Amino acid sequence: MLKDRDRIFTNIYGQEDIGLKGARQRGDWDKTKELIKKGRDWIIEEIKDSGLRGRGGAGFGTGMKWSFMPKERGRRPHYLVVNADEGEPGTCKDREILRGEPHKVVEGALLSAFAIGANTAYIYVRGEFSREAEAVQRAIDEARDAGLIGKDACGSGWQFDFHIHRGAGAYVCGEESGLLESLEGRKGLPRMKPPYPPNIGLYGCPTTVNNVESIAVVPTILRRGADWFAGLGRPNNTGTKLFCISGHVNNPCVVEDEMSIPLRDLIDKHCGGVRGGWENLKAVIPGGSSVPMIPKSVCDKVLMDFDSLKEAGAGLGTAAVIVMDQSTDVIRGIARLSRFYQHESCGQCTPCREGTGWMARMMARMAEGRASVEEIDLLEEVTRQVEGHTICALGDAASWPIQGLIRSFRPEIEQRIADYQAAQGERAA
Amino acid sequence: MPKLTIDDSEVEVEPGLTVLQACEQAGIEIPRFCYHERLSIAGNCRMCLVEMERAPKPVAACAMPATNGMVIRTNTPAVEKMRRAVMEFLLINHPLDCPICDQAGECDLQDQAMAYGLDHSRYRETKRAVKDKNFGPLIKAVMTRCIHCTRCIRFSTEIAGVQELGATGRGENMEVGTYVEKALASELSGNMIDLCPVGALTSAPYAFRARSWELRKTESVDVMDAVGSNIRVDVRGAEVMRILPRLNEDVNEEWISDKSRFACDGLRHQRLDRPYLRDGGKLRPATWDEAFAAIAEKVKATKGKGIAAIAGDTVDCEAMTALKDLMAALGSPHLDCRQDGAHLDASRRAGYLFNTSIAGIEQADACLLIGTNPRIEAPIINARLRKRFLAGGFPVALIGEETNLTYDHKYLSADPKVLNEIASGAHPFAKVLNKAKQPMLILGMGALARQDGAAILAAARKIAEDSGMVNGGWNGFNVLHTAAARVGGLDLGFLPGKKMGGRDVAGILDGASMGEVEIVYLLAADEIDMDRLGGAFVIYQGHHGDAGAGRADVILPGAAYTEKNATYVNTEGRAQLARLATYPPGEAREDWKIIRALSAALGKALPFDTLQQVRARMTEINANFADTGVVAAAPWGTFGKEGQLDPVPFASRLANFYMTDPISRASPTMAKCTEVFVNSGQRRTGTDG
Repeated sequence: MLKDRDRIFTNIYGQEDIGLKGARQRGDWDKTKELIKKGRDWIIEEIKDSGLRGRGGAGFGTGMKWSFMPKERGRRPHYLVVNADEGEPGTCKDREILRGEPHKVVEGALLSAFAIGANTAYIYVRGEFSREAEAVQRAIDEARDAGLIGKDACGSGWQFDFHIHRGAGAYVCGEESGLLESLEGRKGLPRMKPPYPPNIGLYGCPTTVNNVESIAVVPTILRRGADWFAGLGRPNNTGTKLFCISGHVNNPCVVEDEMSIPLRDLIDKHCGGVRGGWENLKAVIPGGSSVPMIPKSVCDKVLMDFDSLKEAGAGLGTAAVIVMDQSTDVIRGIARLSRFYQHESCGQCTPCREGTGWMARMMARMAEGRASVEEIDLLEEVTRQVEGHTICALGDAASWPIQGLIRSFRPEIEQRIADYQAAQGERAA
Repeated sequence: MPKLTIDDSEVEVEPGLTVLQACEQAGIEIPRFCYHERLSIAGNCRMCLVEMERAPKPVAACAMPATNGMVIRTNTPAVEKMRRAVMEFLLINHPLDCPICDQAGECDLQDQAMAYGLDHSRYRETKRAVKDKNFGPLIKAVMTRCIHCTRCIRFSTEIAGVQELGATGRGENMEVGTYVEKALASELSGNMIDLCPVGALTSAPYAFRARSWELRKTESVDVMDAVGSNIRVDVRGAEVMRILPRLNEDVNEEWISDKSRFACDGLRHQRLDRPYLRDGGKLRPATWDEAFAAIAEKVKATKGKGIAAIAGDTVDCEAMTALKDLMAALGSPHLDCRQDGAHLDASRRAGYLFNTSIAGIEQADACLLIGTNPRIEAPIINARLRKRFLAGGFPVALIGEETNLTYDHKYLSADPKVLNEIASGAHPFAKVLNKAKQPMLILGMGALARQDGAAILAAARKIAEDSGMVNGGWNGFNVLHTAAARVGGLDLGFLPGKKMGGRDVAGILDGASMGEVEIVYLLAADEIDMDRLGGAFVIYQGHHGDAGAGRADVILPGAAYTEKNATYVNTEGRAQLARLATYPPGEAREDWKIIRALSAALGKALPFDTLQQVRARMTEINANFADTGVVAAAPWGTFGKEGQLDPVPFASRLANFYMTDPISRASPTMAKCTEVFVNSGQRRTGTDG
């Protein structure tokens, strides 16, 4: 279990002063100027060495991502965009950071922007996060008034401006290129890749898009050193992580713990265990709604990190753990998620636009049992026809939960169908 | 030059190509719906997915730049499966109503379904249905058929420059439409019909009139403006069913204007299909012999100087050649092809041509528009100007009526005196022109068809010379004509005979009203003031019962542009051939043949009996007719007549884009467009339907 001294987010529950004074007491903005003075390359190397992997879901190395930015600034300005459009069902970690630790985001944004040569950063805050956006705005104002950001950030000579942009509630705007489109004032339709944002991003300029949590941990990593961060968790899965546990646990919570903590430990130690005991567990969606669910047998041993969950056929995603006990109708649950993806598909590319609707309709029938057994295979095939064929990852996100369901609970679907047919037969007789 | 491997064979392609284009160069066709060469890349249909080595996922060939060392596979079972998958997705919500769809037979979705479609549908849910939208009188929208490729949206925003079309809604509920339901106000909107890969946007006037496989296709050129757009005329039986663009990179790329496309239904109405004679004040049907006899009687009683001829705006060069020679034989110097009275100077060919050439616009780096509204006068040229504008670094200024050209421009004034200011170098835009390496100006008929037209022409020439518009191989002096026949007429010298005191159009009208001109031969000329013809004996030769026929004493029924093998010269000076797609109706005949027959009846038989002989005569008059389809650079010289400029502001010549000639005036579709787009603000009266 994570020791208190290794904790990065010490005010994640907002119990202390979230203002600049409180943040300083917790160690934020401490010698930021000296960190900047060490230079761009040092910061990028430290983050690379720390093994920090992006916290937004895909788990791409943050330092690596930064190194894709042009080394020298050409005629185009560089931009940093902080993705606070946290919309993945089950996920609520960024919300807590914005609420309780806004100064970590502002300071992290300064250091990250400096590392990629950006004088301007935007934070794209989910539309529903009103209070959170206000909290960040207050932090930005305080930091600007204190000279921590602005023309001469922390007296380092680096100019840094940080702006809030608020979304309008589209899930797909959390996808980085959809976010950039939305930020530019257009419809949030994800862009084709390549070109990738470090080449052509916001307003056609080199841009890095990072998750809130990735940005917020940067100052602490730089202050305490890459080795400290890399020493936590397992190799390739280092550091601490915010987990959001929801569903059938006694004490749902957002909690910071070491990477690679066993799933069972996470639930038992922080959430007061599964409702009705571990044996009452049916399945867990370990990384937010878009990763496949894992049945209890896998939950018993799996570690909460990128590699272990990948091996188990799921993924860490945003580390939003959705716990479902034996009372859960998993088919209905996934049917609900399918409806969500149908609703949130932007409609730009064919497989996702047509496929999400098809899948959602089939899942709705499956939940009732109003289907035939052969249609399970058809449904599986449709998910394979969508997966990997779309412009952005929403198609994958819509496919994986259904694939996970069929993989783990196919007999239950078949039973549902049989029950329905039996009931129909009775009615007919 | 990047070298890549496509399906195990190595291909070297030019840099900057996409994988899809590289595949095409290698002779491998990649199926696609959303990709189009002239539009931005959307990459949304996913039909062009291919496998790329070392890529975790399949890539969209249309959007992936071809780079060195790439290994692309387009023929694997996995690729085949992906295409089938995309096709299945496209079809699940497609109504499959091909039997009642006008696109059938030329539908990309239908064609590719033959290759990649399943033989049955696995989709058991209800299909999506979308309410049809009203896109106006030209485009019929059946939006349930839409596959959301967004070609139409990209066309309207990028090429046509009207930001009226877009997608609303998300996911399955995404719908293409005008955000607020209204007709699409663009002169190029019909091109969306061609771009639409399915039957979502089809031609409204053509709806349910023919199946694509029943049509006989003839390659021809358009005469609705002076651009000379290359067209294909589709005919069933004797009727022109529709007109489509034909690719010509130098002229119209692959677009045509709405008038070129949709005015063809005017060919079915108001046609002159037999000769008429005025008898006791009323026109009565007559035979050719009667008509010729009546003319012969009148001509014999008249001296050559009492005869005049005016050629209309859509007349072909063969007919003008014949009439010019006939007038010479009759001893008349009074002939003119400039119905609008434009002060065009035929002494120098460079003085009346669009010298830069249409494709050359893309090389220009500054542009001055004088007394012209290219959006209405030549939408295709306006689209080129917009294309050049979008490429950046192309300042445009307008002297004339203020208007929305679909691209940013500096509006200077409608006052002609600005010309003098620019010519003297005092005006700020003069500096812009001087700084530009290849500046151009476009002089419209609104500037030339005025009292001081010759002085304006001279002023424009001075601007061109002073700002370096004519240097080396570059000629930035351009006259934008509005009449398809105009350059041909000038090339042939269908102009008042200088030595014998020939009258121009104004002179002919004056003469006719004063009784000095006794016979006026109107060769499809309808745009003059018929009231000023006085008591003259009027011979009208043309194809439509328009203004000229109403005034005529003898009507000789001619052929419209789709009904004859004829030569037209566009505003660039490019001679192009129109081809006979269908025969003229009834007793109507090709125009030069009518004049040839009449010449014999008048005892002045012209020395040509075949089309070849007429064309040989044309080449004799002007060598430019020897080569069709090309533009020869015209040498520079002095033209125009320096003089005082009139302070009257420039006004546009064309008030209504949709009705400019007898064909479009007879077209019910153009009438609807006029009602919707031009007169939309006017209140209907009680008698109006």
